[in-house]
Amino acid sequence: MSDKSAKAPQKPAKPGRSAKAAKKDQPGTGAGTATAPARPGRLAVFKTYKLYVGGKFPRSESGRVYEVTDSEDQWLANAPRASRKDARDAVVAARKAFGGWAGKTAYNRGQILYRVAEMLEGRREQFTEEVAAAEGLSRAAAAEVVDAAVDRWVWYAGWTDKVAQIVGGGNPVAGPFFNLSSPEPTGVVTVLAPQESSLLGLVSVLAPVIATGNTAVLVASEKAPLPALSLAEVLATSDLPGGVVNILSGRTEELAGPLAAHQDVNALDLTGAEDPQLAKALEVAAADNLKRVLRPGTDGDWHADPGTHRLTAFLETKTVWHPTGSLGASGSAY
Amino acid sequence: MATTPPSTAAGRAAFADATASDATLRRFLHGLPGVDAVGLEARAAALGTRSIKTTAKAYALDLAISMIDLTTLEGADTAGKVRALGTKAVHPDPTDPETPKVAAVCVYPDMVATAKQAVGGSGVKVASVATAFPAGRAALEVKLADVRDAVAAGADEIDMVIDRGAFLSGRYLKVYEEIAAVKQASGAARLKVIFETGELSTYDNIRRASWLGMIAGADFIKTSTGKVAVNATPANTLLMLQAVRDFRTQTGVQVGVKPAGGIRTAKDAVKFLVLVNETAGGDWLDNHWFRFGASSLLNDLLMQRQKLSTGRYSGPDYVTVD
Amino acid sequence: MNTPLSSSAFEYAPAPESRSLVDIAPSYGLFIDGEFTEAADGKVFKTVSPSSEEVLSEVSRAGAADVDRAVAAARRAFASWSALPGAERAKYLFRIARIIQERSRELAVLESLDNGKPIKETRDTDLPLVAAHFFYYAGWADKLEHAGFGAAPRPLGVAGQVIPWNFPLLMLAWKIAPALATGNTVVLKPAETTPLSALFFADICRQAGLPRGVVNILTGYGDTGGALVAHEDVNKVAFTGSTAVGKQIARTVAGTDKKLTLELGGKGANIVFDDAPLDQAVEGIVTGIFFNQGQVCCAGSRLLVQESVEEELLDALKSRLSTLRLGDPLDKNTDIGAINSAEQLARITSLADRGEAEGAERWTADCPLPSAGYWFAPTLFTKVTQAHTVARDEIFGPVLSVLTFRTPEEAVAKANNSAYGLSAGIWTEKGSRILAVAERLRAGVIWANTFNKFDPTSPFGGYKESGYGREGGRHGLEAYLDV
Repeated sequence: MSDKSAKAPQKPAKPGRSAKAAKKDQPGTGAGTATAPARPGRLAVFKTYKLYVGGKFPRSESGRVYEVTDSEDQWLANAPRASRKDARDAVVAARKAFGGWAGKTAYNRGQILYRVAEMLEGRREQFTEEVAAAEGLSRAAAAEVVDAAVDRWVWYAGWTDKVAQIVGGGNPVAGPFFNLSSPEPTGVVTVLAPQESSLLGLVSVLAPVIATGNTAVLVASEKAPLPALSLAEVLATSDLPGGVVNILSGRTEELAGPLAAHQDVNALDLTGAEDPQLAKALEVAAADNLKRVLRPGTDGDWHADPGTHRLTAFLETKTVWHPTGSLGASGSAY
Repeated sequence: MATTPPSTAAGRAAFADATASDATLRRFLHGLPGVDAVGLEARAAALGTRSIKTTAKAYALDLAISMIDLTTLEGADTAGKVRALGTKAVHPDPTDPETPKVAAVCVYPDMVATAKQAVGGSGVKVASVATAFPAGRAALEVKLADVRDAVAAGADEIDMVIDRGAFLSGRYLKVYEEIAAVKQASGAARLKVIFETGELSTYDNIRRASWLGMIAGADFIKTSTGKVAVNATPANTLLMLQAVRDFRTQTGVQVGVKPAGGIRTAKDAVKFLVLVNETAGGDWLDNHWFRFGASSLLNDLLMQRQKLSTGRYSGPDYVTVD
Repeated sequence: MNTPLSSSAFEYAPAPESRSLVDIAPSYGLFIDGEFTEAADGKVFKTVSPSSEEVLSEVSRAGAADVDRAVAAARRAFASWSALPGAERAKYLFRIARIIQERSRELAVLESLDNGKPIKETRDTDLPLVAAHFFYYAGWADKLEHAGFGAAPRPLGVAGQVIPWNFPLLMLAWKIAPALATGNTVVLKPAETTPLSALFFADICRQAGLPRGVVNILTGYGDTGGALVAHEDVNKVAFTGSTAVGKQIARTVAGTDKKLTLELGGKGANIVFDDAPLDQAVEGIVTGIFFNQGQVCCAGSRLLVQESVEEELLDALKSRLSTLRLGDPLDKNTDIGAINSAEQLARITSLADRGEAEGAERWTADCPLPSAGYWFAPTLFTKVTQAHTVARDEIFGPVLSVLTFRTPEEAVAKANNSAYGLSAGIWTEKGSRILAVAERLRAGVIWANTFNKFDPTSPFGGYKESGYGREGGRHGLEAYLDV
């Protein structure tokens, strides 16, 4: 337990700040959740933000939370401050889900990713509010971000059953062998979501990881975790098996360390590791079991065409050989 | 170092259940391990890269000569041709009396008596093809009469053909019974069973035919008649060597192998001996257990042999044309 | 020397390949900027023939200053090399491929002398694959925009490459051919026990007229490799070798922009089902673990055999092993050559001793070993379980651990129960089982009803701690392109 979280009172006990937030979010929706206009004077019902691990919504095992504020430092909500044990649980859940998710047909994964897009579209208003608050955007700009995020799920939904044809194929070896290379998911991928782009950036790094059959442990933007935590609710209602995506909020550095060193994690996306020293330390830790590492890159503009590099970053190539030979005994006329 | 085979009856009795019916025989033969063609051919090719030089080559050339079933199986065969062959079998190289004799001469049944005369008391055996060779398309009684005729004329060995039609249509019991009947008709003559591997086509079939022949009483299993497009190859011979090796392990009964047709050079023959050496093993490196069915091979072996002893390459004018 | 393991009437006389095919100089320098040069500090080391312990030559030992010089030369050469039209780069590589073909017997003899592996393998496997690799990547040089890595993929710059001693020239080819085809320049460090073929390759570059600085060869020990991968002007690091060193390199390049590919250790499972083509399976097992004395990262060092055929298979395997011929690597009939170094021999010996101490049953072919040189007789361990060290650690020698399984599920579970994931074998006549098992094995290369097959068009590389990135095929280009 540390800093504010230890003393964090229940929400109603912070009238000053919550009143401000409520005022900003007129008509009184409270942090995060967009609802129909309330009766004047009605007190909004706040949402308790939780982690998403193994298809369930636990609080942090540590019992800690931290304050999430908007761009003007207004209190939005208390987010769970996940601990290394939560990270460990998330890895267990992701590993457990891996075989089933990787084993689904690519078509089926595509259907589920498309379902995510549908569910997100249905909560467009809610996410517009959350993104606007998280990133300090106008409603219109936030709505554009949400639309782009929906479209990104659609883009990756369409990729699931095509990527193997793009990166795999037959190899014309010089011998009597059938030889085929096909991509397979790397396994459990830890994703440090971008710090600045709370929804579109998040979707842009998460969707390609699971599109190809990996399972993910995602560390949400430390500063703006609420869209990520709400996205869990979308995922939970999208036929996505529990454990395929696990979402943690908290201090990126605190969570990333144990995840980078975890021996049952196969890959690490460092996009959200903004501090070069942190990124380097995590890459060093990742070398212990030779995790595949995607370094913090140049994806500044999340609206740009995402290309395929994130899709292929967490794929292994498996090459299978089998003899062919002739139909009959050597030299026969057949 | 020919060893006397153990009682074949005892070793083979174990297969009584398998040969009870077409169905059981089929189940047994199809239960044998499969053959991967590429792997088999790769192994045969790898053994073909052995480098056999100097003393090893001298040994191999003489051994190969001693293993030849010197063969003439032509419609145009005459007593004169067979006598010439018999003389050559006994004295392959008139310039060098140290040259080993071949193992046998191999002729049609009507030439057996002539061949016996030609080889005299040299120890060279006379083998006769029989059973309506090479197609085998005749009634069993006709085939058995063919065999009895050859044996009566003095054949030491009978080279029979199996009924490939029956084999390929899955009537394994018919093939089995025919081999058993021929074995009986052969009496004391050793029986070589020709599969015509080029017609069986697949390696799985060749393995099945090998076991079928061995169970039925073959003393030798032989690849081919020499009358079809594909005859002995290193791969099909390797496969048959694996079969005789496994059969002996399982039953204690040793069976010989005879690749026939298409082996024309000393180099090829030595490669086959390497196959024998490293697959079935040294016990088969004797003309009681391994033969080459060949005709032109002998002269190439003789030329190589001359080269080894003189250091000069020989030529076709220095070996006899028969 | 060339004693067959079992006596037979047919004794093969010695059939040595001619040593005079290769002319080894008494000393070699480093190949930097198109010229042979001594190390800045004048250090040298000796390379010996592991089959005789004879000193073959003395080579320079590159230090940090030499790494600087070589990287600078590669950097200077990069501008013009990468600007060359792809078709021109291709022609250089085709030239190299052809010269390798012309000189292949010489190189095969050299490799057998320096490495200890049988001439049969260098002649029939290593050298043909080396030439084929250059030939294959030569053809890519002017077709990169069609390779699926974008419309105008760019080279990375200077590639620092460190290769092992088990396939010295072949690993060089796997590294250099794709690097040059894509327009990079290279600094390559061969292993300290096998530096010679890389130095001969330098001469091939000279014959091919390759512009100076495009290929630089630095001989030396681990410290040379360490300095190379750490050098700040290196853009790309490619390493083949042990997992421990691979991890160290991954730490070294952490936080930089260097692109990294690693091809590391393995503990390949060779799974034999009861319906396997047994004779071919026996050959596949032998090829899997005794090819190159088992000093192969993708070796099938764990035999997983279905219990119902265990006895039959092991009997067949043992009698097959008794025909293996161990001895003079230059004898054309040698199947098993020398272990590459005294150090490697000590490691194999100690792991094998540990297997015995832990209770696995040791069987060794009755096999006289030559008195000079480094030798280890083909060895099997039976009654091995997942808990034995010999089932987990990479031995990198002619030692096979035999484990059993009852069901396909169990076979897959045991095969995957390893930190490695490079190769695996499947032996069964049932097609659907091949596909189902292949799909579930976590390994980069799966050989079904065959083993240890390689081809320049076929991507090679591992899962998990066997490394990352692929070498060979279209996939192999990615490691050297800015994608």
